[in-house]
Amino acid sequence: MNAIKYAAVDSWIVAKRDLIHWLREPVRVFANLAYPIISVLIFGLVFGSAMNVFGGGDYIEFLLPGMFGQTIAFGVGTTMMMVSMDADRGVTDRFRASPMSQTGVVAGRSIADLVNSSLELLVLALCGLVMGWAFHDGLLNALVAFALFLWLRFALVWIGIYLGLLVKPEAAQASWMFLFPLTMFANTFVSPELMPGWLRVVSEWNPLSSTVAAARELFGNPGVGGDSWAAQHSLLLAVLWPAVFVAIFWPLSVLKYRDLSR
Amino acid sequence: MLAEGLRKMFDKKAALDGFDLAVPAGTVCGLLGPNGAGKTTAVRILATLLRLDGGRAEVAGFDVAREAPQVRRQVALNGQQSTVDDVLTGKENLVMWGRLYHLSKRQAEARADELLEQFGLTDAAGKRAKQYSGGMRRRLDLASSFIQRPSVLFLDEPTTGLDPRNRGEVWREVKRVVAEGTTVLLTTQYLDEADQLADQIVVMDTGRVAAQGTPDQLKSKLGGDRIEVVVRTADELPVVRDVLGPDAEVDPDGFRVSAAVADRVAALTRVTSALAARGVEAEDIALRRPTLDEVFLAITGHKAEVRA
Repeated sequence: MNAIKYAAVDSWIVAKRDLIHWLREPVRVFANLAYPIISVLIFGLVFGSAMNVFGGGDYIEFLLPGMFGQTIAFGVGTTMMMVSMDADRGVTDRFRASPMSQTGVVAGRSIADLVNSSLELLVLALCGLVMGWAFHDGLLNALVAFALFLWLRFALVWIGIYLGLLVKPEAAQASWMFLFPLTMFANTFVSPELMPGWLRVVSEWNPLSSTVAAARELFGNPGVGGDSWAAQHSLLLAVLWPAVFVAIFWPLSVLKYRDLSR
Repeated sequence: MLAEGLRKMFDKKAALDGFDLAVPAGTVCGLLGPNGAGKTTAVRILATLLRLDGGRAEVAGFDVAREAPQVRRQVALNGQQSTVDDVLTGKENLVMWGRLYHLSKRQAEARADELLEQFGLTDAAGKRAKQYSGGMRRRLDLASSFIQRPSVLFLDEPTTGLDPRNRGEVWREVKRVVAEGTTVLLTTQYLDEADQLADQIVVMDTGRVAAQGTPDQLKSKLGGDRIEVVVRTADELPVVRDVLGPDAEVDPDGFRVSAAVADRVAALTRVTSALAARGVEAEDIALRRPTLDEVFLAITGHKAEVRA
């Protein structure tokens, strides 16, 4: 009983540390938000008129769920960065050598990251609403769509923790180079139907695509469908993919965390 | 604190290879050794951060392998890096650690105030740690290790990179907690630090104990202090050598001659007047204590590796 209580209390204390960081250094939050907002402007207004949505429809309406998805996917870089910085500075060692709940360290991380990502989604959604994006199938469906994004984010926390414990902060910083194409070889900016054969398959099966496609459906935004099995079962996959990630990376992170051996 | 035959392998290379240690409660043990000797590995095993591959260790009466949670309630770890959170204030840092050591909110606040007072940080309590000087950060970091009055404190190079005044302050704090009954395992690169603080010194090399004893015992093993004379020309070297005696070592490139002495100041006077009598005007005459390099050289047979 005590173990559960302290796991909860300790998670909150660790999460609070991060949240205070964001409150006191809002520049970092703005920096994180600047990229998706600028992307919406560039893709929506600059490229927008030249973009085709497969099956027809407004590009901004198509783009916004993709932007939500990319923002969520970039979160794995944030988690990696924070985890590897704590490990590098010896903070993780101090946590591990203290009587605090060992679950608390990682649970605190995921709470902080989920709060941060929720905030990013909120700001991006408001920005989208101003630019002409809308959800058409009711608030409840829209909230389910956002929940799917956060579910993916939760799974990415565990990948981020594992990779963050594996690499130095400098390498974590460089993770953007890999994340960027991974979020583009998907249905985020362009319908996979318009891509060459092999890339189309990759994009259709990209886990990010499933969440984005499911969200488009729930928001009533265009660009839904396609004949691949993955595209037809996006909602199922949007639930399953993150579950698979959690199942693999949760135990891996816990093992890695226990056996940190510099 | 007790360790018997500790063994730890990294990639088939032994970092610890039968390491033994016994530190009586309430004393300070200084762990010296060149980089790669296994100091940090030993500390990390004793602090439950690394699993051991062989042997056994007890800290504060608990087995580090089987009773890690109990050990963690008794120990504090203070590494070479500062774990101070820059964005939080000094007090917030301490309250956070207090809460993680499972004090109630009110207890944590009270303990934080006490520690800030003890470590002379009360005036800076409300300032963000980012604005602290190097010495203040170090003190705050130390203070956060004393949240629960640890029975064992691991200090990993506590004064690396600090100026002499701040080193003195850190030493004072360490002596204070030892007086309160805490056992300290100190790793350091500085012989004078071990000299100041340690009751017992253990020199490590290649994963095991190379020598141990009190600071005085180890120093006498090295032959104690040396006198060093530097002259202007090579011609004067034989004269100096003559004055210093048959055991003198001559370094012709540096125009430098040195020899072991027992009676420090008296030897200085004797050598100075003997040189003057023979018409040699020395560039420099100094008494030198053995350096850490010489300790390593004498005990381990090879020089300390340069820090990466």
